[in-house]
Amino acid sequence: MREAHAGWLEVLDPGALTTVQDLGRPGWAHLGVPRSGALDQPALRLANRLVGNPEGAACLETTLTGAVLRSGATTTLAVTGAGCGVRVDGRPASWGAAVPVPAGAEVRVGPALDGVRSYVALAGGIDIAPVLGSRSSDVLSGLGPGPVALGDRLPLGRPGRASYGIEAVPVPRGDRLRIVLGPRADWFTAAALAGLDGASYEVAADSNRIGLRLTGLPIERERVEVPEELPSEGMVLGAVQVPPSGQPVVFLHDHPTTGGYPVVGVLVDEDLPVCAQARPGDRLTLRVVG
Amino acid sequence: MQARRVGRDGLLVECASVTEVAGAYAALRAREADLRAIDIVPAARTVLLDGLADRDAALELVVALTPARVDGPAPDGAEVEVPVRYDGPDLEEVARQWQVTSAEVTRIHRETEYVVAFCGFAPGFAYCTGLPAHLGVQRRQDPRPRVPAGAVALAGEFTSVYPSSSPGGWQLIGSTALPVWRPEADPPALLAPGTRVRFVDA
Repeated sequence: MREAHAGWLEVLDPGALTTVQDLGRPGWAHLGVPRSGALDQPALRLANRLVGNPEGAACLETTLTGAVLRSGATTTLAVTGAGCGVRVDGRPASWGAAVPVPAGAEVRVGPALDGVRSYVALAGGIDIAPVLGSRSSDVLSGLGPGPVALGDRLPLGRPGRASYGIEAVPVPRGDRLRIVLGPRADWFTAAALAGLDGASYEVAADSNRIGLRLTGLPIERERVEVPEELPSEGMVLGAVQVPPSGQPVVFLHDHPTTGGYPVVGVLVDEDLPVCAQARPGDRLTLRVVG
Repeated sequence: MQARRVGRDGLLVECASVTEVAGAYAALRAREADLRAIDIVPAARTVLLDGLADRDAALELVVALTPARVDGPAPDGAEVEVPVRYDGPDLEEVARQWQVTSAEVTRIHRETEYVVAFCGFAPGFAYCTGLPAHLGVQRRQDPRPRVPAGAVALAGEFTSVYPSSSPGGWQLIGSTALPVWRPEADPPALLAPGTRVRFVDA
């Protein structure tokens, strides 16, 4: 059999949750297929650019605790997203830069120092078989590979062009979520809508790739006397859904394609990375922009 | 038709009934090239247009669609026959809710012509419409932690086939060996929106 892969990446410690992610599988929502893909897409694209990959190549997305990996071949790696220590065979290496990795070297992606999710790109990308056009792991529907586990050997693709000789500069992500009201803002009281702009919410610990759960002032419904819920309707990435408790949930990449709670507004795409990197206990401020 | 704005590049087209959704979805799919949406997602009373390249142009196109034009007969989508063994654990419960015999439940289920109005809940899970309004089915009080793939089920105004094993609260009346969800196949879902469906004895 022909050796199709340029090398392997072995998982020595997957940390709390490490998944394979690319730009996801948009375009299949009518079949009930979530979009999935990296939660912090600018960070994924940057990591890929640093190692000379196409921007949408598959990377690893770590969660809070980092991961330990071993590369079977000489390669180049870059870590972006949440800031963290990076060590290659015990020696400190740069975050946000192309780092050479000798064959057999142990790569330690440390716990997140700020944010939640770091992105680990390797030259050539992770070359597992795509499902519906994407290699992303979807924790809601189970499409794509499951979370990476101890002892997994992930095949790497052939590196493309040479990596860039640039380094990423950490950019403050801010704590502001800009929201465009609708499509169901009319389900809520005028006072609740007026109070949204500038409202501060705390990130709840049960937030995940499906949704960012926020706790704070309940967003009160106008029509509390109406017993029936909204018939299920299509949900978009960034939708701020409000269950009867009034505590909002921001739909992230693994969100269900339909939902039955009213959506008071939708976040602007540019603020989704803020959600991806918000830690439990962080405070975020809503800003109504339309 | 009317639509609500969703975020910066989406529209939620509103329909009066699930039948109208089926018609509106077929009409919008037919204009896919002009709409330039990333996703077109039908649901119970709406069709979501997500990721529109030009929302204002799409809204003009939607407004020009009239419900009369979309609320016609069932769309002429592909037709799928699903062979069923009517051996589900909730057959008696559905018979009780409909106040008929279980043999009558299976006869009604077989003789009804269905159209997939939308998918949701899980990849390939199709909400098939066609049962008359008076034959609504209440969900189970205690959802099952695991419903096997291929279970043929009823809830509300819909019937469906579980595409993969999952928790579920629908009433199970039978099972099919026909795989309705194969992500490696093209198309991956046998019961995509607009598909006409008939259930036959296995």
